Amino acid sequence: MRADAGRAGQGPAGMAGAAPFLTLRAVSKRFATTRALEGIDLELAADELLVVLGPTGAGKTTLLRTIAGLEQPDTGELRMGGQEVTGWEPSARDVALVFQNFSLYPRWSVRRNLEFPLRAPGLNLRGAEVERRIAWAAELLNLTRRLDRPASRLSGGEMQRVAIGRAIVRRPRLFLMDEPLTNLDAKLREVLRVELVQLRRELATPMIFVTHDQAEALSMADRIVVLSEGRVLQSGTAREIYERPVSPVVALQLGHPAINLLRVRRQAGQWISADGTPLLRDEGGGPDERVLGVRPEDIAWNAAEAAPEGVVRVVEYIGASTTLVVDWAGECVHALVPGRAAARPGDRVRPRIDGARAILFDPAAADGGGPDRVQRCLPPAAGLRRPDLRLSASLNPSKEMP
Amino acid sequence: MSFLQLERLEKTYPDGTRAVVGIDFAAEAGELVVLLGPSGCGKTTTLRMVAGLELATRGLIRLAGREITRLPPSQRDIGMVFQFYALYPHLSVRDNIGFPLRAAGLATPEIRRRVAALAHQMSLQRLLPLYPRQLSGGDQQKVSLARAMVRRPAIFLMDEPLGTLDADQRLALRELIRAEQLASKVTTLYVTHDQEEAMCIADRIVVMAGGRIRQVGTPAEVYDRPADLFVASFVGSPGMNLIPCQVAGRNGTLQLLSERGQLRLDVPFELAARAPSTASATLGVRCEHVHEDRDGPISGRVLIDEYCGSARLVHVDTPCGRLVLRADAARAHALGSELRLRLDATQASLFDAATEARL
Repeated sequence: MRADAGRAGQGPAGMAGAAPFLTLRAVSKRFATTRALEGIDLELAADELLVVLGPTGAGKTTLLRTIAGLEQPDTGELRMGGQEVTGWEPSARDVALVFQNFSLYPRWSVRRNLEFPLRAPGLNLRGAEVERRIAWAAELLNLTRRLDRPASRLSGGEMQRVAIGRAIVRRPRLFLMDEPLTNLDAKLREVLRVELVQLRRELATPMIFVTHDQAEALSMADRIVVLSEGRVLQSGTAREIYERPVSPVVALQLGHPAINLLRVRRQAGQWISADGTPLLRDEGGGPDERVLGVRPEDIAWNAAEAAPEGVVRVVEYIGASTTLVVDWAGECVHALVPGRAAARPGDRVRPRIDGARAILFDPAAADGGGPDRVQRCLPPAAGLRRPDLRLSASLNPSKEMP
Repeated sequence: MSFLQLERLEKTYPDGTRAVVGIDFAAEAGELVVLLGPSGCGKTTTLRMVAGLELATRGLIRLAGREITRLPPSQRDIGMVFQFYALYPHLSVRDNIGFPLRAAGLATPEIRRRVAALAHQMSLQRLLPLYPRQLSGGDQQKVSLARAMVRRPAIFLMDEPLGTLDADQRLALRELIRAEQLASKVTTLYVTHDQEEAMCIADRIVVMAGGRIRQVGTPAEVYDRPADLFVASFVGSPGMNLIPCQVAGRNGTLQLLSERGQLRLDVPFELAARAPSTASATLGVRCEHVHEDRDGPISGRVLIDEYCGSARLVHVDTPCGRLVLRADAARAHALGSELRLRLDATQASLFDAATEARL
């Protein structure tokens, strides 16, 4: 069993020694009655990709705009490269922002779109240098053959590459990316996120990447900051947050399918579910009522020994793995099985939780794990109509099994 | 006869753009068929032709034994769910769901009864008195789903119904759609660009690109036996590793082509035998069939180690190009470190290098 909802992973990891490039101290921002940012502390190392993850309305965009200087914080301080920049104009900060909407000039050629930021007053680049940088960015982003095409005639992926190109030609000190891949096709997102990580590494320029997509966050991040309602709930490496989330709210932010959260209570040396099914051995200590968090891959779907039975409701084959939705212990539980599970809707199975990897949250704990939040996290009791579904699923087996 | 049949269906726009270039497929009664493909592949145009929102340039559409190619949408008996919720903002949830019944001239008590029953079934009761602006995106889309379902049409047409939702809501709604569809047994045509969504929800997938159908099959068929290179790279996250190779005689080996000379790889005889000897081909291998092996024939350096929570995707630069392998989440790979790899050839696919079709 893991330590109670581990507090590990709080605070910047892996940055010992080197001074951070960017520091935010107690930054708060209000719009009318809405608290957009609430005492944000954050550090970014000089060669780091930090992902800010959170649902819609968490304050992610406000955070980026505040760092860019497009918003002024009400209180708090920003330091960049050792200088305090809190009151600085956006142009003086030398950062580049890339938005979800590509914001290109549609009639201009790719070349002209890339050139535009280089002609900004104050930059005073010579013509040859401008040409050199355009060629460099185009090469890096695989746009060389598109340079003379109008932006309106590019594919979505090409447009987003041009938007990124416009950010990198200036060689800014910091990249700020606001969900730049969100409007693209799923397949393209998958390819571009890898390209973006490699590009950033080559440029050795720090980046803050905002997203609500957990796959993007896990895959890209050197470190993740989980934001909710304007507050930092946890920061750490992807693995720290995935394996040791501080609260159910954070646990739900990462992982697909989402972590299983079950209300459990202590009884006769076991943790039992609301309907009395024994789920896990109790190794002592702490409050008697908890929320048990189990990642879908940490449930063996058909243990050999005598264990409480469940009924398979849905089988989803997703290539390298299979997701099973199982009615078990009075709950609806997701299990992720490598390869192709030989299960069909209606099958009786014996799920088993890997006790070494399960997490026990204290629903009464202060920071984000409070009872009200837990309530919101738990799946609704009557999610789907079970009897109907079981019947129809067995009449209409959804997937071909080998 | 199949429940829904599309025959030689074509759509050419007045400006000459050929959005759909002659497609044929059929959906059986009660089936959920997903039209899957990248932007601009013709999937939405196809759905809109079935809905009657676009008129086919050529070809036929039959639904439940009737030809409907040129019928107006209102006479086709369809229930449509769009990417954007398209609810009436001035009507309550109750009246939004009841709207199609009111339009069909049902009596008020009957409408109330049916709306209440469906709301109960979909756990929407608490939303009934609210207005669309008071709902989250996920709840708005649930209401829009309920509105499509209340009338029990001959077919549901769903155009990226999860499109604009946050990840957690997407999963919940996807499961709800599948559960309701299985329970109601209404034939469903579902459009998405997200291959994982398609794999999870479909009885069968129609993969489209460039206005044409590339493959029709169950999720397992499309994933395990892609019909061509496009399907191989589009389906799966990530897509198949594709390695240029040459068939070496009849001894059951393939030679993988690399920049630095050639690598020999034993493959099952049938696979190599399908191609003429010495033919150029492309070997397709899923990331879960690439393994780290000290004695493996392929060496490479780690380019990227993508952590995914339940696994890792390790991108390795090899003489055969970039290969991605699925590895244990618990063990990170240092960038630049050396690996040797083995391909599980029994699980591989082989494609003709020229036609790109499966061999």
